[in-house]
Amino acid sequence: MSWHPMLSSLRRHKLTVTLLLLQVAFTCAILCNAIFLIDQRLRRIAVISGLDEKSLSVVAVVDRQAGENPLSVHQADLAALRAIPGVLSAAIVSDLPLSGDQTSSGACGSLEAVDAAMRANSIEVHGCAVPEEYAGGVDVLRTLGLKLVAGRDFRADEYLSGKPGQAVSGASAVIVSQMLARRLFGEAQVIGQSLYTGDDGFHGKGVRIVGVVEHLARGNLLKGEDNDEAIVLPVAPADTNVNFILRSRPEDRARVLKAAIDLLGPRVPEREVAAASSRTYAQMRSDYFRHDTTMIGLLLVSALGLLFVTALGIAGLASFWVQQRRRSIGIRRAIGARHGDILRYFQTENFLIVGAGIVLGMVLALALSLALMHEYEVPRLPLFYLPIGAVAMWLLGQLAVLGPARRAAAVPPVVATRSA
Amino acid sequence: MLSYYLQLAQRSLRRSWILSGLMVLAIGLGIGASMTMLTVLHVMNGDPLPGRSAELYRPYLNPLPVDFKHGNFGPDPSINLTWPDAMALLKSHKGVRQAAIAGGSLDARSTAPGGRLQTIDGRYVTRDFFAMFEVPFLHGQAWSQTEDEQRARVVVVTQSLARQLFGDEAAVGQSARLGGHDFRVVGVVADWHPRPLFYADTQERHFSAADNFFLPLSTAADLKLGVHTTSGWGKDDATSLTSPTVSWLQFWVQLQSPAQVAGYQQFLFDYAAEQKSLGRFERPPSNVKLYGLMAWLDHQRLVPGDVQLQAWLALGFLFVSMLNIVALLLAKFLRRGAEISVRRALGARRNDIFVQLGIESALIGVAGGLLGLAVAQIGLWSVRQRPDDYAHLAQMDLSMLLGTFVLAVAASVLAGLLPAWRACRIAPALQLKTL
Repeated sequence: MSWHPMLSSLRRHKLTVTLLLLQVAFTCAILCNAIFLIDQRLRRIAVISGLDEKSLSVVAVVDRQAGENPLSVHQADLAALRAIPGVLSAAIVSDLPLSGDQTSSGACGSLEAVDAAMRANSIEVHGCAVPEEYAGGVDVLRTLGLKLVAGRDFRADEYLSGKPGQAVSGASAVIVSQMLARRLFGEAQVIGQSLYTGDDGFHGKGVRIVGVVEHLARGNLLKGEDNDEAIVLPVAPADTNVNFILRSRPEDRARVLKAAIDLLGPRVPEREVAAASSRTYAQMRSDYFRHDTTMIGLLLVSALGLLFVTALGIAGLASFWVQQRRRSIGIRRAIGARHGDILRYFQTENFLIVGAGIVLGMVLALALSLALMHEYEVPRLPLFYLPIGAVAMWLLGQLAVLGPARRAAAVPPVVATRSA
Repeated sequence: MLSYYLQLAQRSLRRSWILSGLMVLAIGLGIGASMTMLTVLHVMNGDPLPGRSAELYRPYLNPLPVDFKHGNFGPDPSINLTWPDAMALLKSHKGVRQAAIAGGSLDARSTAPGGRLQTIDGRYVTRDFFAMFEVPFLHGQAWSQTEDEQRARVVVVTQSLARQLFGDEAAVGQSARLGGHDFRVVGVVADWHPRPLFYADTQERHFSAADNFFLPLSTAADLKLGVHTTSGWGKDDATSLTSPTVSWLQFWVQLQSPAQVAGYQQFLFDYAAEQKSLGRFERPPSNVKLYGLMAWLDHQRLVPGDVQLQAWLALGFLFVSMLNIVALLLAKFLRRGAEISVRRALGARRNDIFVQLGIESALIGVAGGLLGLAVAQIGLWSVRQRPDDYAHLAQMDLSMLLGTFVLAVAASVLAGLLPAWRACRIAPALQLKTL
């Protein structure tokens, strides 16, 4: 097939071709970036919490009149919770991964690192990090289902009671996440090392690391890479607000949760069981990412809408051209062109226009990505998204043109002998 | 003539109803998506205190040490003021009015039978707060300067809190128990809720939070009532709220003329220079700033990046839909070359053709606009179902409603311009020959 007639025919429809080309280009640019943004969000919501998520439920309690020592009240609550049929274990914990709250304080792996941090007046020095700090009472590791990769669980005598309204301090043992261990100590042996954290740490008092868990995510994810850095201290928090964690078989969760809420509510006067934050952990996780899932949905719908509108434009124009060229198609058929030739003619024409649109679209996609980077701290669009967008646009174009092209191919040669 | 054109347009649209329907659908989707997001942006970018906002300013001082690095965690501590700085600005009386502000929550019990303790959000403020922000009093008045100084146990409550605490009785003069302390109610204000809650700390929920009581700041400090947010950077006594290395206070000042603004800027500069010479501030006094209210909101980036991104996405969608409609209309109009040529040959001028085709595209615009309105209402409804802070505000006011419609018609008329212009330039003779 010679290209010349096709190009000269396109040149005669400059305006329409330009419009179609622009539409393809903008769709391609938005599509590439939308797919990238969707991928970013998907990665975010796939974060590993480290917990045995399917077995956990959370009950959040606010005690407005818990007296001098809320912890003693909560220990009694815990004993009652453990007696609920179906509860495999229960514990008090200060906070949970992906709860949306954040408690973190600086932690260093050695006294030298503490000194360096003090001198720099910043925790951002080698050998220090800012892990999330979880404080939990007896059974915390087992209840959460954290997976130890080295060392051991807390011993019964290592658990302390927190003091109301004060930061956690005085612990004699700590369990860290693998990522944090690697950041602070590299490949060296971690068990038995000292971790300098919080006020104690900055006064030179370390806590012995007794165990390393595979994963433990932050309460509130940060931009950056260090979302799997956390520590667990064996200290039962003594606040008026408390989180009870219940472990049960997955199918028992709903029943156990309801039983726990019914049990805890009336046990103490002026107690409020926070309905919004008493839920299964799976629910908590999906609540935390609700924003991202809506955004993914929105991006998907917009991308599909765009593709639909563009396909519509391509198909609409193609069918218009087919009608306009009925006679010349008839003539071509009469002088020997086969079905396939006509079909291929329209397909090739579409391929050319969409191709030109894609070339412009890639430039636009990169420009758009730069603008997004500048305004919204989105990472740069990786180049491999460009061919993905290109293939998608070509496929779309071919699909959209197929109907009109087949109608064109069906034009009988006899049309040539009739006047328009 | 107009009604004739309308008839022609109707007939033409009905003739190729699939294509017309798709065009309406495309423009409706584009308009609906963009108006949903623009409405959300519109309500979030609103002026919290129309009429007064132009006179309100937020001073910014930077008492942080030079080597302080703001990491990934928590807000920048210099956003708020420390107690010594706020008191110094307050006592200088350089503005027409000024107030230091902090947020806190206290427990209160409703008098209704079986009433439980509830946590109520409120604000610790100094006296000028009420006059400066024009808080509407229903009964009583703000506390006096003396009461501010004497740390009096007084409180101003909103109407809804008054009803909760005292039922239908008059609240002024009664004693309200908040957070375990008794306060004398001196005033009742209407439920007052600037959106966004511009005077709150940046960490608070600016679009859904509302204050239900106001206490003198001095009293709150005296009773050591808890505040929402503090951030410290000192090495030692960083827990006391009066420490010069703990920031927790918001500060607003009312200035009525450019001269006053310039004067206040100079005052801030001099204050920072003085603090630097005393050795308290390490950074140069050129760090001080004075933000107007709207500039401050902008600076705080209260509108989440996601919302802006969605708005851009929606506008991109609208743009592509428009390109699409231009191309389709062009095809549609050019296809009618013969019909247009006959009309031209019978005496219609180019203008007539242009108007006729313009009306046809406007008709598509009206239909698209109606569809767009419906799509936008569905979109806003779905935004309202979301748990976000701002979600409940996502509603169209009359101006947005009209704006949607105007945008739809304008977009499609604009999209119709080029094709109509191109079509009315068809040479009739050439077309007629092929008939």
